[in-house]
Amino acid sequence: MDDFFLLSLSTLDSTLRLSTPLILCAMAGIFSERSGIIDIGLEGKLLAGAFAAAAMAAYSGSAMLGLIAAIITSISMALLHGFACITHKGNQVVSGLAINILASGLTVTFGIAWFHQGGQTPNLSGDARFSPITFPGAEMIREIPFFGPIYTELLSGHNLLVYVAFLAVPLTWWVLYKTRFGLRLRAVGENPQAVDTAGISVTFLRYRAVICAGILCGIAGAYLSTAHNAAFGREMSAGQGYIALAAMIFGKWRPVPGLLACLLFGFLNALAFRLEGVSVPGIGQIPVQLMQSLPYVLTVILLAGFIGKAIAPKAIGRPYVKER
Amino acid sequence: MKKLFQTAAASFIAMAAATSYADEIKPAVVFDMGGKFDKSFNEGVYNGVEKFKSETGIEYKEFEVTNPSQREQAIRKMAQRGSNPIIGVGFAQEAAIAKVAQEYPDIHFTIIDAVVDLPNVQSVVFKEHEGSFLVGVLAAMASETNTVGFIGGMDIPLIQKFACGYAQGAKYVKGDASVLSNMTGTTPSAWNDPGKGSELAKSQFDRGADVIFAAAGGTGIGVYQAAKDAGKLAIGVDSNQNHLQPGTMLTSMTKQVDVAAYNTFKTAMEGTWKPGILSLGLAENGVDWALDDNNKSLITDAMTAKVKEAREEIVAGKISVHDYMEDNSCPSL
Repeated sequence: MDDFFLLSLSTLDSTLRLSTPLILCAMAGIFSERSGIIDIGLEGKLLAGAFAAAAMAAYSGSAMLGLIAAIITSISMALLHGFACITHKGNQVVSGLAINILASGLTVTFGIAWFHQGGQTPNLSGDARFSPITFPGAEMIREIPFFGPIYTELLSGHNLLVYVAFLAVPLTWWVLYKTRFGLRLRAVGENPQAVDTAGISVTFLRYRAVICAGILCGIAGAYLSTAHNAAFGREMSAGQGYIALAAMIFGKWRPVPGLLACLLFGFLNALAFRLEGVSVPGIGQIPVQLMQSLPYVLTVILLAGFIGKAIAPKAIGRPYVKER
Repeated sequence: MKKLFQTAAASFIAMAAATSYADEIKPAVVFDMGGKFDKSFNEGVYNGVEKFKSETGIEYKEFEVTNPSQREQAIRKMAQRGSNPIIGVGFAQEAAIAKVAQEYPDIHFTIIDAVVDLPNVQSVVFKEHEGSFLVGVLAAMASETNTVGFIGGMDIPLIQKFACGYAQGAKYVKGDASVLSNMTGTTPSAWNDPGKGSELAKSQFDRGADVIFAAAGGTGIGVYQAAKDAGKLAIGVDSNQNHLQPGTMLTSMTKQVDVAAYNTFKTAMEGTWKPGILSLGLAENGVDWALDDNNKSLITDAMTAKVKEAREEIVAGKISVHDYMEDNSCPSL
């Protein structure tokens, strides 16, 4: 029983680590899509951010500078996306895909040119990475049954960016639902004409929304390469941007349900790692392939019947044209 | 006149061919997924061919495969351009080499890590189970929890062979040692997924392992990092990877792929290249474990002595290390 408790704790621990980039990207997606801009480019911004963070951290030896570089890079990708589909009213899906392809190619090209390691960046250590933060008193209360291990194993001992990701959710909620900016942002995604009539610039609002998305994707990228791992490897985002996109739709473009969807995906992934090669009492060994396909199967089933209809913001995907 | 011109042209071509054949070879190498800087298998080959280049000054053609459909294309392209010999790196190129080698019977091919039975192909295979046995011995002796882990790349018999030899070695020194074994995935992307490697390593540490042997190409980098972060030990593979995380790399199971690649070019240059199967084990120094400045503080005299003893017994045939690929089963796991 005790073993089981510790094992489930470590699975939850791993869930937090694995869902961090998903949460940040899903919140980024919410900002962008609530303002009416489809954001397929989450994956590309994530990857570009990861590369920028690792490259900067390797060069300067500081994880913080890496984070800043990641955010700047990701914002510039977001602005490019904005320039194509807000200013020039291009197709948002095409522009997003272009961002993804651009990031996938550019990161490897720059990686080879700068570091000569086949697109990887040098291994980071020490200050060049975000190190675990141990909460005060974590060692002291470890011995307290039940609450001790939860505090020391689960809550304490993650790196800064994990906590940032979880703080990003209430922050997103607050900005979207409690501030004037949030109200206008949601309005511009539903009915841009009305916002325009009220004398507020649709273009400027949407630009600010994609910049918010860029910031969050940049943090997620820095997490991938300088916190969770210790170097950039080609294609290291491995489709997580798309999974975050799915989680966001899953959560119906709302921060808290989006968070839960990300945690679910993270948990299934963590479970797959833990259950691999382990005999489950009563069932026997579960095939790895089954575990690996579970997140996708579950997404299809849940989306098909259980969460109800996901209704997108009304003006999503449509560039705003003032006069015809 | 026309006839004369034809003869002249033919003899000119023949002459050109003859001179280029004798001393100037045009070697080529096709790396596999993971890339030539995977700090592991492909990089071993890269080091071997680079050594050849710096010694002889002969340039070689190279290609890094980034998706499975490129293998055959790349090898055929090399053959069309008249490269000879051509090295195919990795078991995954087996089918591609077999096909192209039949189309170009005059070109010499060397495949590393797989067997292609054709008159113009040299197959270099390693007895990885023997090397894995030795690092298994070291892992079990270094382990305080009596639990050691194995993380493989793609789930294929070749990698099971590593796992099996490793488990047998661990159980040879400590009969009651438990061995955890995980595979990263079932597709070639499993060779290049450090994030997953690090999560798998953390899950094995949670289950009690304190030494993990990773035979997983680029994925291994994540395993070594996780071991360093957790203050546990890891074992590298293929190339000497001790320098990647000094102090927490217990050792590396090395395959002399660099020597194999170097020898292919060298023998081709000297005209002594031969087709057939080269099987390199402990007796041939084809596999070994790495000891250098980065890990000597982790290796005790007792461990060195025990490994030496095990090696001698394997070479003398007193211990027979089970080869997973013979019957696709592993008695020790």
